[in-house]
Amino acid sequence: MTAAWRWLRHNALMIYAGLAVAYMLAPIAVIALFSFDQTTRGKLDYDWSGFTLEYWRDAFGEPAVNEALLTSLQLAAVSTVVSTAIGTMMALALVRHRFRGRAVSNLLIVLPMATPEIVIGAALLSMFLIYGIALGFTTLFIAHVMFSISFVVIVVRSRLIGFDRSLEEAAADLGARPLTAFRTITLPLIAPAVVAAALLAFALSIDDFVISNFNSGTTETFPLYIFGVSLRGIPVQVNVLATLLFAAAVAGIAAVLLQQRRGEMIAAVRPEREPALYQEA
Amino acid sequence: MGGWRRRIAPYGLLGPGAIWLALFFVVPMYFMGEMALRSGSLESGGFAMTWQWSNFADAVTGYETQVLRSFLYAGAATVLALAIAYPLAYAIALRAGRWKLLLLFAVVAPFFTTYLIRTIAWKTILADSSPAVDILQFLQVVPPDGRVLATGGAVVAGLTYNFLPFMILPIYASLERMDVRLIEAAKDLYASSAKAFWRVTLPISAPGVVAGVLLTFIPAVGDYVNALLLGGAGQAMVGNVIQSLYLQQRDYPEAAALSFLMMAAILVVVVVYLRLAGTGAFMGDEDEEARA
Repeated sequence: MTAAWRWLRHNALMIYAGLAVAYMLAPIAVIALFSFDQTTRGKLDYDWSGFTLEYWRDAFGEPAVNEALLTSLQLAAVSTVVSTAIGTMMALALVRHRFRGRAVSNLLIVLPMATPEIVIGAALLSMFLIYGIALGFTTLFIAHVMFSISFVVIVVRSRLIGFDRSLEEAAADLGARPLTAFRTITLPLIAPAVVAAALLAFALSIDDFVISNFNSGTTETFPLYIFGVSLRGIPVQVNVLATLLFAAAVAGIAAVLLQQRRGEMIAAVRPEREPALYQEA
Repeated sequence: MGGWRRRIAPYGLLGPGAIWLALFFVVPMYFMGEMALRSGSLESGGFAMTWQWSNFADAVTGYETQVLRSFLYAGAATVLALAIAYPLAYAIALRAGRWKLLLLFAVVAPFFTTYLIRTIAWKTILADSSPAVDILQFLQVVPPDGRVLATGGAVVAGLTYNFLPFMILPIYASLERMDVRLIEAAKDLYASSAKAFWRVTLPISAPGVVAGVLLTFIPAVGDYVNALLLGGAGQAMVGNVIQSLYLQQRDYPEAAALSFLMMAAILVVVVVYLRLAGTGAFMGDEDEEARA
């Protein structure tokens, strides 16, 4: 009894962590589970009536779902490329240079993150309305780049702050022009942060509902499509594709982590580790 | 030549992003303010600038229940999220060992499924006669014939869940950076575990808590998805009103005025909160210890 009690006390925090994580993952489990549910009309009713692979076999069988998902993927792709590029440039400017207007720039980057999405969406819509700009893919693109920039800057900046500049200086000493030094030295070194920032921008874009809801016009992204059909009935394929997307993200992250671990193993046989090895011998 | 280049370089790098944010964040805010002072309707041929200050008065008197409810729900969700997040962030940062990466991944995993689908999944979990509701009824948290869906509790639960990662990650980041030798030092100086936590760990994680509270509270106030999907007719938040005024009733000036007021109210709450958090017990203690 006392041993069990001691064990429980000792591990209480980790048991709690396990429960909390189960809570975080519960809706994802529900989404995946009901992608295997037999339903009568092919619409989600969230009432378990038996296992079927029907909708997985027919994952792309709902044209409207595919079209919305494709729009989302295209939008996320272009807005990720643009926001990652200009966000990385901003991070470089803020970390590497002292200049007038630095404080204002920092404020400009933080403010969008401290503003509720609905206000960002409403403000953009007000401007588009006043200027009579037609809502659609372009306005969505403008909005998605806008709300992704801040996150890109913050992720890339955190990597740049602890950055050793001696390699760049060595390249310059060896006669490399600034752009060459950037391309061959700086970019490969900050690449992990840029990739992480791009993944975040992609995830933010593909998940966004609120700001898109205000600025989409008749263009339908994946979340907007789901919202539109949520009252009439959601095709089971939505859950199938959502589960697939989740699995793809998990696989992608696992691949990046494995890659990094391999990188660390290679880095571990650098010369400066040698004294430690001698000591062991 | 080189000096001139160095001076111009930061502006070249900053330029595209700064212009994008200025044009599509700052300028729209101005136009939202301008829209709030217009009047008219779509049918009568659009909205003209008439300095209609009464739009603001109408927004205050017309929707004060929804505004109050938003702040109440968002506040409750923030407190709940903090209670759930702190022990979890602590466990991940200081106790998890080789499980750390896996637990961190589980925290951000919800981001990889669409926000809307996640909330719809909660609708299922909290539906009448679902296993979760049965358990709550068994525990007498919910009366035997009571329901969870379409109540304020469901909205708060949804807000808590959806913004939880924004609470966990900053707290985790502040605890992760902490030097654990400080706790050992406190214990060497005969502090109990509880005292070491209160005097050392908590003050060190305070900036993470402050950031987490803001990152949870601000989006929660403006949210309308949870109230729409999990709440009933009586749980509309200010976001629902703004969304409906903009996108269904197309009363743009009124909607803009209400958005503007909500933003102002959030700013007031944030400033007051930062004042309290900045000069409160957390920071005060830390300063004293630094001086001693």
